[in-house]
Amino acid sequence: MSSVAVIDYGMGNLHSIAKALQHADSSVAVRISADADVILAADRVVFPGVGAMRDCMQALNETGLAETIKTVAASKPLLGICLGMQAMLSDSEEGGITRCLNLFDGHVKRFAEGLADTEGNRLKIPHMGWNQVHYKPHPLWFNIPQDSRFYFVHSYYAAPDDAEVTVATSNYPQAFSCALAKNNIFAVQFHPEKSQTVGLQLLQNFLHWDGAL
Amino acid sequence: MSLAKRIIPCLDVDNGRVVKGVKFVDIRDAGDPVEIARRYDREGADEITFLDITATHHNRDTMAHVVEQVAGEVFIPLTVGGGIRTLEDIRRMLNAGADKVGINSAAVFNPEFVRQAAEKFGSQCIVVAIDAKKVSAEGEKNRWEIFTHGGRKATGINAVEWAVRMQNYGAGEILLTSMDRDGTKSGFDLLLTRAISEAVSIPVIASGGVGNLEHLAEGIISGKADAVLAASIFHFAEYSIAQAKQYMQARGIEVRL
Repeated sequence: MSSVAVIDYGMGNLHSIAKALQHADSSVAVRISADADVILAADRVVFPGVGAMRDCMQALNETGLAETIKTVAASKPLLGICLGMQAMLSDSEEGGITRCLNLFDGHVKRFAEGLADTEGNRLKIPHMGWNQVHYKPHPLWFNIPQDSRFYFVHSYYAAPDDAEVTVATSNYPQAFSCALAKNNIFAVQFHPEKSQTVGLQLLQNFLHWDGAL
Repeated sequence: MSLAKRIIPCLDVDNGRVVKGVKFVDIRDAGDPVEIARRYDREGADEITFLDITATHHNRDTMAHVVEQVAGEVFIPLTVGGGIRTLEDIRRMLNAGADKVGINSAAVFNPEFVRQAAEKFGSQCIVVAIDAKKVSAEGEKNRWEIFTHGGRKATGINAVEWAVRMQNYGAGEILLTSMDRDGTKSGFDLLLTRAISEAVSIPVIASGGVGNLEHLAEGIISGKADAVLAASIFHFAEYSIAQAKQYMQARGIEVRL
């Protein structure tokens, strides 16, 4: 039986992601944990998160989980979700400039205020709701139709330096990176655990992924 | 292509049972919120809102249990409103599997509660529910006020100013209900919806008055809402959510199909 650890560092509700992982594959042992030993012993690791980046990085640094995540990133399949994805960049504009984990070179920026859609309607921040995800080939998109809609809620977005790491984009109104990948790391801005069938498929793909391309 | 406008069915729950339910052909128990949520999810609901209409202490336990059951099998965003008064109430619902909570009268009585809730749990899960009624006379400039106690008590608070204040306090979204239209099936108060949607930068959900599919589309097109919420037209199976989405798409609105 394979196992997946969901990193608990006090940022947001982990029950949804744990339930969705269990639903995606009932044979997998799902563990919500703040314990580095448990996390490092799991076959795969999910790094979720909602809330503010400064609190997130502070919690990761104080608990030592920042180092744990870096160890996981160098050794086994790792899935970052929402704030977890953003924390993988070099730094974030949120809360002044917050230094992040630097698993991907690049920055996290805020959507500009006062943007409008093609009909001139104000684009709201947070970007909240179901948006289309246009992807490049990667094993984690298996069985997911191109341009499927996933559920987003965020005010900041990742801007990686290396265009090659972007494996999917969405438009709001310009294209932004909504999925990043490098070796055994995969990260998404949207919430697969709240994205119905396609979200569960992505989680199932992750649970069956060996970290290779 | 970009962000889809959302359709949100709302379940009015009293002591663990959906009120105003109708017997759908594929549902054994029309009053079971879990079965109805499952059906709405299958039909393509973008989110589901549960409104605890009595919100007694005992009912909150029952509601948390309902949310827990739904969250175990329905993987779309879930919002719980009604009787959310303390940080502990919020924590309880989030732990049960809710993604957002709706704060209504507690925000009016203690606006700081919204700020505390957003700081503690993040703006993304704080929906401020606003019940507004038109108070301007015929021929006057439109003015709407916040009402509490199911629309019975005036507060003197200007609804548009209140929405902006709640945004500044950290609300992530506004659920706007016209108390003039609620239950009338005569359509949203489009001027109210538009006034608030244009005044804030956060998403606005229009609610109150939906009687047909055109009303839903008008809420988006004329009201400039980001999402539309309805209860009875879906409860009584007058329309399915899939039909509502097809209609909205035909009207040129981007939806998730």
